[in-house]
Amino acid sequence: MSAGSGLASEAIHGPINRRSTVNRLSADNVTLAYDQRVIAEQLSVEIPDHSFTVIVGPNACGKSTLLRALSRMLKPAEGRVLLDGKAIQSMPPKKVARTLGLLPQSSIAPDGITVADLVGRGRYPHQGILRQWSAEDERVVRESMEQTGVAELADRYVDELSGGQRQRVWIAMALAQQTPLLLLDEPTTYLDIQHQIDVLDLCAELHEEQGRTLVAVLHDLNHAARYATHLIALRDGRVVAEGAPGDVVTAALVEEVFGLRCQVIDDPETGTPLVVPAARKARVKAAVTEAS
Amino acid sequence: MSTASKQAPRAEADAPARPRRASRALRTPGGLSVRLDVRALTVVVVLLAAALGAGVLLIGTGEFPISTGDVVKTLLGDGNPGQELVVTDMRLPRVLVALLVGASLGLGGALFQALSRNPLGSPDILGLSQGATAGALVVIVLVSGDARQVTLGALAGGLATGLAIYLLAWKRGVHGYRLVLVGIGMSAIMTAVNGYLLTKADMVDAARAVVWMTGSLSGRDWAQVWPLLALCAVLVPLVLGNGRALRMMEMGDDVSYALGVRVERVRLLLMLAAVLLTAAATAAAGPVSFVALTAPQLARRLTRSPGPNLLPSLCMGATLLVTADWTSQRVFGADQLAVGVVTGVLGGVYLLWLLVTERRAGRI
Repeated sequence: MSAGSGLASEAIHGPINRRSTVNRLSADNVTLAYDQRVIAEQLSVEIPDHSFTVIVGPNACGKSTLLRALSRMLKPAEGRVLLDGKAIQSMPPKKVARTLGLLPQSSIAPDGITVADLVGRGRYPHQGILRQWSAEDERVVRESMEQTGVAELADRYVDELSGGQRQRVWIAMALAQQTPLLLLDEPTTYLDIQHQIDVLDLCAELHEEQGRTLVAVLHDLNHAARYATHLIALRDGRVVAEGAPGDVVTAALVEEVFGLRCQVIDDPETGTPLVVPAARKARVKAAVTEAS
Repeated sequence: MSTASKQAPRAEADAPARPRRASRALRTPGGLSVRLDVRALTVVVVLLAAALGAGVLLIGTGEFPISTGDVVKTLLGDGNPGQELVVTDMRLPRVLVALLVGASLGLGGALFQALSRNPLGSPDILGLSQGATAGALVVIVLVSGDARQVTLGALAGGLATGLAIYLLAWKRGVHGYRLVLVGIGMSAIMTAVNGYLLTKADMVDAARAVVWMTGSLSGRDWAQVWPLLALCAVLVPLVLGNGRALRMMEMGDDVSYALGVRVERVRLLLMLAAVLLTAAATAAAGPVSFVALTAPQLARRLTRSPGPNLLPSLCMGATLLVTADWTSQRVFGADQLAVGVVTGVLGGVYLLWLLVTERRAGRI
């Protein structure tokens, strides 16, 4: 499978649209910048509906910035992010929040809040001053906690939980928002390997069983290759390749995007691509032959 | 369980078996629902009763003591002309100013602490009180203005300081720590300005300035009540209406943004409200110290509920100030000791206690 056609240059121009219909979420020629510092220029990305899309790339390639733009946290300097065909910045915030959820990297659990209360806050975009806590809210919160396996923690304080449990609670809060699209910014950071897999399994479940569209930024290329149905590889604010992991993840691509020599083999568990970095000696030798 | 009304069988059927903790929802068949935190509501009712009770006691206290029964009778319009003069014209406005100033400081403090996500982010520490003082001192020392002009000067000083803090702390949004640090810097500058103004003053003006700076309620009349009441009537509903958004903002800008809160707009609106409340309260009674800092913290410990606790803080502020005024009159005699001294002592002790316990809890 590493012999797939996903060579970088082929994939640069225009996203691969496997569906003829227009996707719900896309970035159209956006230029992303913090103040004067430009992160990406004229970047276009389509998020295929019902996919589990993972954005990968080296540090500072703009992957979190892209996710922030897709979730309208960052206003593009140029271009537009489109949600259901409309510019996301011009839509009412609560309406967007009922369609698109985001699990940001930095979130603060208020002092002394219980799990059920925190998850309940995910209902905010569905509520109003005269509709503060409906039976529907109650039911959705209960279901979100059950789906993420935190129902038995409902009355516990969030500060008391372990990192893995806490991340599940935040995911439950995002689920309670009941959005067909869910964006996750590095959901596995700071977790040990067991809890990383745990969170990714949960994401896969949400994607497979409920048909939600998931977009996640992940650091670990092997996790991305195993869980994603659609992969977007970024480098220096450009899309270098995108497509199914089996087509995209090749030794050539990993070298181009991450600057790392490696072998790509079949994952013995899942058959998805597995990136094995070349041994240090081999890399040094290669560098020497290249230089001479 | 949800205490859905009897007409809403659907809600009953959907309700989970596990009882919810303190908070209950009241629902109507039309799909309207209101969430009530029973404990917080109890705290609000008890504090209100305490504030009003202390207010009645305060009216009865002074050079011509009046019994509680007579005070209530007079307030209900049933007293003799002599009592009516003392109660309605002399002491009631003072108590109302105390209630309104306390409520404004409590609410303003709760807003600032929630917006800065820091218990130290209260107007006393951010320099708003000092800014209002500077405004008042300018009027007293430089132009020897009358009481009305002093009030306006304090108001202007508070608003200008609030604006300066906001602008200096703004960098792609206002963040907690920066707000607190800028505020502390502002506070230092304003304190220096106030010290300078005092040295420029002659004896009479200096004495007047020092009395004003302590924070006092003596001699307050209806002229102070009406503007403060009008301001509260506008701002309190506005603030409470944005309370749910503020509650979301506790979880950080990113999360609240993702939930559909217009973060920057809500923050600007609430900060403006908090500055107005604090400046108006300071203009009416001088910089009464520590109420804005302590009321939200005490309210929070009583309700034991996360969130900005806006209404409980408001009630706590009113109760604290009226009680402090009553205490100072009772213990030291009528108008011997300004209320600001009592709140300062109580607040200072409380702040130390807070720091010690927080350190034990490992948070500082």
